[in-house]
Amino acid sequence: MKDKIAEKILLFIALSAILSLLLITFFIFQQGVPLIFKAGLSNFFSAQWAPTKGNFGILSMIVGSLMVTAGALVVGIPFGLACAIFLAEFSSGAIQKTLKPVIELLAGIPSVVYGFIGIVILVPFIRETFGGPGFSVLAASIILGIMILPTIVSISYDSLVAVPKTYREGSFALGATKWQTVRMLLLHAARSGIVAGIILGMGRAIGETMAVIMIAGNALKIPGSMLDSVRTLTSTIALELGYAAGDHRAALFACGSILFIIIIILNIIAIKVTGRK
Amino acid sequence: MTLRVGPRTSQIIAYIILLLMTAITVIVLFFIIGYIFKNGVGQLSLEFLTGKTREMGKEGGIFASILGTLFVAIFAIVIATPLGVGSAVYLVEYTRGGVIRRIISFGADCLAAVPSIIFGLFGFIFFVIKLNLGWSIISGGLTLAVMILPTIIRTTEEAIKAVPHAYREISYSLGGGKLDTILKVVLPASLPGILTGVILGIGRAVGETAAVIFTAGSSLGIPTSVFSSTRTLAVHFYILAREGISMPKAYGTATVLIIIILVVNFIAYRLMHRFMARYY
Repeated sequence: MKDKIAEKILLFIALSAILSLLLITFFIFQQGVPLIFKAGLSNFFSAQWAPTKGNFGILSMIVGSLMVTAGALVVGIPFGLACAIFLAEFSSGAIQKTLKPVIELLAGIPSVVYGFIGIVILVPFIRETFGGPGFSVLAASIILGIMILPTIVSISYDSLVAVPKTYREGSFALGATKWQTVRMLLLHAARSGIVAGIILGMGRAIGETMAVIMIAGNALKIPGSMLDSVRTLTSTIALELGYAAGDHRAALFACGSILFIIIIILNIIAIKVTGRK
Repeated sequence: MTLRVGPRTSQIIAYIILLLMTAITVIVLFFIIGYIFKNGVGQLSLEFLTGKTREMGKEGGIFASILGTLFVAIFAIVIATPLGVGSAVYLVEYTRGGVIRRIISFGADCLAAVPSIIFGLFGFIFFVIKLNLGWSIISGGLTLAVMILPTIIRTTEEAIKAVPHAYREISYSLGGGKLDTILKVVLPASLPGILTGVILGIGRAVGETAAVIFTAGSSLGIPTSVFSSTRTLAVHFYILAREGISMPKAYGTATVLIIIILVVNFIAYRLMHRFMARYY
């Protein structure tokens, strides 16, 4: 009897995560989606953002978000994969034990600290070396690339380690070197996990807010080069939510809705990719 | 360009490149922490840690923000821990595959992937406006609770799974019911693992900005109740840095923030390590 009641209570508690997710979905969409229809799709996906004058175009922000995300992947994938391969295949137990928590620590550093390092070091460096304002797609890409490293490393590492030992032994028995084994065998065997790690890292980059606000410059136009200032969906929400009212606030929730849909789709892809093996 | 490289040479080249890239990653991490410390440690003093914030942060200390951070994080943990631990217990002890398990796992996975600004939007419209809690410790704490829930669920799940099955069987053979077994055998045995999740949750709560700034606000007063608005350390640091109010104070605040994060991660790591060593 006691056990039956406990089970019911625990089931109710266990639904808290999915209920929270539904609650979040409901409120973000309820606040944002009506505006998309009110403004009309051609207005909403135009490049004109003047929400107090009835222009709700988010095109330049979508392009901005995609650009910094792509840039972050260019930085994050090679370094993330290199760390994961080095940790899983080329280092002894002692080095693994020290390096893994060190790389995980990168995930614990608050995003405002990354943004700050961007302001005081990276932005001046880019301004002096390459010209332009410094606050740029490039700056945001590099900082976001570092920020998504731990995600890519830990998921890739786990899937590399999960490849059965007999695979490696078979490969060595055929006379392959360690690197040949990694390149021709392990990377294929661990492919699904690596792809999932990259997709989740991509989600983190698209969703990152504070670091991007601090270093991307936030200009409202489609950037022409990596050195131009850029504004993302997330930056717009955080910059304007403090004072927005009425349709303007609704438009920010509409940005949130788009962002939310992108994140959930990426996450479902990641779950599907890993689930297949 | 048809330079032929033997397998041994390519092995050495690959090793060097991988080593270099890993080294760069580690150096970047230490550089970030070192740079903040180098410029910030000089700012730390009893007056800075316990003093009132004056002139929007240009002068004085960060006591109000330390208190605010503490209250918001504690509030989040108090709400999220029972929910997270309960969820994990249900997932491991009461479900064997099946639809319910998949739904709960999917919820936790998606929640973990939701960006903090979305939590900010949600907390703002739901807790601050609809539930009329205003910009307050309670709104910020509840928002963060939702945000760290998946962390606690996942870590607790791993911890409970690590408890050997024999423990449960012994309890059953002594006549213990399922609930008794969970409360008196499984949970105590997995406590260090659960604490790891809770501590990691505290770390996320302390470092968070986007989800807190729109729910707890940015008021600089010393909080007097859970309905007071407060400015957490991360938010204070963000405002100092972005509005260029005071670089020395920004470095000082960042140093405090990073010290907290380092301590939190170190404790979590040690706990998890000792816990895993016990069962594996």
